[in-house]
Amino acid sequence: MSRFAAALFGAASLAFIAPAQAGSTLDAIKARGSLKCAVQGPSNPGFGVPGSGGKWIGFNVELCRAIAATIFGDADKIQISALTTQTRFPALQSGEVDVLTNNTTYVMTRDTQLKFNFPAISFMDGQGILVPKKLNVASGKDLNGATVCVQPGTTTELALTDFFRKNNMKFTPVVIQSRDELTRAYADGRCDALTSDATTLAAQRSTLANPAEHIILPDRLSKEPLGIAVRQGDEEFRDIIAWSFNTLVNAEELGITQANVDEMAKSTDPEIRRFLGVEPGLGAALGVNEKYAYTIIKQIGNYGELYEKYLGEKTPLAIPRGLNRLYTQGGALYTPPSR
Amino acid sequence: MTPVAPARSRSLADLWNDIGVRKMVFQAALLACVIAVAVLLWWNASGNIARRGLEVGFAFLHRTANFAIGESMIPYSPADTYARALLAGLSNTVVIAFFGCLLTTVFGVLFGVLRLSPNPSLSRLVGVYVEIGRNVPLLLQLFFWYSLCTRLSGPRQAISPLPGVFLSNRGLRLPSFVANDGLFFAVLGLVVAGIAWLALQWWARRVQERTGRRPHILAWGLTVLALAPLAGLQLAASPIAIDVPELRGFNFVGGQELSPEFAALLFGLVFYTTAFVTEIVRGGIQSVPKGQWEAARALGLPARRIMRLVILPQAMRTIIPPLASQYINLTKNSSLAVAIGFPDLINISNTVINQTGQALEVIFIFMGCYLTLNLTISALMNRLNAAFAMKGH
Repeated sequence: MSRFAAALFGAASLAFIAPAQAGSTLDAIKARGSLKCAVQGPSNPGFGVPGSGGKWIGFNVELCRAIAATIFGDADKIQISALTTQTRFPALQSGEVDVLTNNTTYVMTRDTQLKFNFPAISFMDGQGILVPKKLNVASGKDLNGATVCVQPGTTTELALTDFFRKNNMKFTPVVIQSRDELTRAYADGRCDALTSDATTLAAQRSTLANPAEHIILPDRLSKEPLGIAVRQGDEEFRDIIAWSFNTLVNAEELGITQANVDEMAKSTDPEIRRFLGVEPGLGAALGVNEKYAYTIIKQIGNYGELYEKYLGEKTPLAIPRGLNRLYTQGGALYTPPSR
Repeated sequence: MTPVAPARSRSLADLWNDIGVRKMVFQAALLACVIAVAVLLWWNASGNIARRGLEVGFAFLHRTANFAIGESMIPYSPADTYARALLAGLSNTVVIAFFGCLLTTVFGVLFGVLRLSPNPSLSRLVGVYVEIGRNVPLLLQLFFWYSLCTRLSGPRQAISPLPGVFLSNRGLRLPSFVANDGLFFAVLGLVVAGIAWLALQWWARRVQERTGRRPHILAWGLTVLALAPLAGLQLAASPIAIDVPELRGFNFVGGQELSPEFAALLFGLVFYTTAFVTEIVRGGIQSVPKGQWEAARALGLPARRIMRLVILPQAMRTIIPPLASQYINLTKNSSLAVAIGFPDLINISNTVINQTGQALEVIFIFMGCYLTLNLTISALMNRLNAAFAMKGH
């Protein structure tokens, strides 16, 4: 019932809640004293899980903390709500949350029809297919007639259907709302394959009884640029998010880490001095503290550090960095420079 | 009992003391409140939607859905529209509700009678079932039945209790009849036989009314029922074709499939609701005065006929109203299908909402569907209730 209730709640929130941001989103956030972020509920290993003491931890939580660090100079001034794929959009539209950092795929209709903006692409993902090794399947094109487990409420169902139609293959979907139930159905053999974003599959595989017996096929059914989403029409707030994220990436590019940021602040390199706010200018241009970039790196770290900590090879998810490497290292991570 | 109007001109206080007027005022005030709240909600919602510049309306229903549905009672493909996808979901909901209500009634009446059986172990057994069935949350029961269904072995190690019948974690596969003219003539034969059977009954009653003796028609009737479809088959140009499922690739191909999701949902709903109906039937039977039993026994009727001819028809008056509530509950509870992946109306609606972002409109549609379904059930049950009501009192 939770799905129905959630959808109803979402719709009801449109009916009951007056818009929070009569003025600018930023003013409302400052007056409130905290940034309201939505991560994916109930939890999303690596990206956002409830930790001890009610604090959320994960890659997406850190993105939210980076924005708070820019606005308040304090990464802890956040309020996290865990929203499902159904409740997230009404919640953002109604002003219940300020920003979604919950692996929302940046697609055209969400930008245009749903009136959102995506100031940053935080992770480049793609929809993959997980199969048991014993099926001896090498590619998604060998799956004609298969039964495929899929979670509803994302672009996944659409890409899955397109993939099979494009290749003139038939399949039977089994659509289950709860990710845990869906993973169980796959583990029990109700489906031949399980499809989702490759990162999600990695998380799901890590919960199986014997993860080594399952492989993620090389096919990518879609490109899934996971973005940070805000309501359309507030350019000031949009800029703050874009440059909070760009700071994480640019810091990695400049070789600035959480550990060496104080050292780097003493650097004579003019680019680094400007970036860290030793030479003023950038912070004032963004309308925040001159030291905002320093604060983000000091309190959170750079993009590479975050990846390493939450998603990298040493974590249970072990997602290869792939496209999400810096462009200088063969990846596709290319952000505008902070200058 | 209208109050007598006073002769003198009425002051405001008099008016207020008039019970009729006062009732009217309260009714009007309540109605005004309800309307005010509704208008406020509508105004606020439409204002908020307009302020965000969201697209409102039902135009999206004509767009291509582009997603697949696991099973549907009506033909559906991803190239169909959102409207068709929702209709496919509705058809699944209706089928689940129909078979759910049917099976619940059959088992509910059976268990309700058994619950009152003089055989202590039988009635206790039903009692244990009732307590389990109605006290465990339905959602948990659905998870339980679903995991039972999916824990069966895979299609390659399917259990085959009969030739052509396969039971695996992909569901139950049965041979199916292919609808060619053989099937048509067989069904035609069955219809003819049915009419003949009714005619025989009518004739037998006429004879009984005239002579007081009922002719034995059972043997004749059964013969007609058995022979007519066979004769139909003989008439057909091509004999009936049977589609036997076979394992090909990942799964069985051909035949009729009963998916684990459908089976688990139907079984779960029937298991849960039957427990309530059992109690309703037991209560209904016990509400019939003891004198009715004694009178029927005095007439020399055997126990089975007492139940069928005397007790149950009277018990129906007590049974039908709460039974209608259970039918409605079952229909609404079928929306729990989302938990186990049966593509019912809500399940499809969720996908549609997510692909189109038209939450308000889709919620409107499925609320309308459930309202219509349940009002139809209510109307049918009210007619049934009227048919069973005491007449001439």
